[in-house]
Amino acid sequence: MVVKSRTENLSEIREFINSLVGKIGVAPNVTEDIILAVDEACTNIIKHSYKYFPDGEIIIKMKYSGKKIIITIIDYGEYFQPNTIHKPDLQEYYRHKKVGGLGMYLMKTLMDEVKYSSIPGKYNQVLLTKYVNSGS
Amino acid sequence: MAEFNASVKDQGDISIVYLKGFLDAHTAPVLENTFSELIDKGKYRIVANFKELSYISSAGLGVFMAFIEKIRENNGDIKLSSMNEKVYNIFDLLGFPLLYEIFKTEDEAVKKF
Repeated sequence: MVVKSRTENLSEIREFINSLVGKIGVAPNVTEDIILAVDEACTNIIKHSYKYFPDGEIIIKMKYSGKKIIITIIDYGEYFQPNTIHKPDLQEYYRHKKVGGLGMYLMKTLMDEVKYSSIPGKYNQVLLTKYVNSGS
Repeated sequence: MAEFNASVKDQGDISIVYLKGFLDAHTAPVLENTFSELIDKGKYRIVANFKELSYISSAGLGVFMAFIEKIRENNGDIKLSSMNEKVYNIFDLLGFPLLYEIFKTEDEAVKKF
């Protein structure tokens, strides 16, 4: 799937993931986890990589091997490589009115692996991996 | 396109905000506007009813973080109610139950004020 970097497209992205992952026959909560993780990844791309430029491209692909689902998301925005991901300290967020960073933590929690590999000036790529027991 | 809306009902001096649909980075500004309008009117006692909310991402959670301090500084609060399990799990994953009171029903949340 190739989609423009606009938040209005997030619902279309979620439906795309739902239909792809739905075909595999994994448990509904696994599908929901993947949908949310992809939403968070794309939201980060729109905000941080394209900085709300509405005509950037986001490419989303899925690979399923029988044991794991790998979602690859590529963008051509600014270099974006998040630092180590910690569980956000909500009390700290509260004191400093900080609201960012929650999505990154959710991605990390919902998926088994989150791997960024960017080439500055060329593209950013994130791989979201979820191990599944088929039929479960 | 997935829809979201927030409607407000006053019950005494408490404002109940009914969330419906999909709350993501695209629709979060709708909820921000709703909270901003309540604050502008000096309404700081808020119950957010999640009964018809199907989906929330961190952008939606961020709206609650953005307004809570201002509301509490004015002796108010946002209490949350009636979440489905999926939505509650997201709040729980991020540790929100430490900062917000979450109730099974709207009535319980209203009575806590």
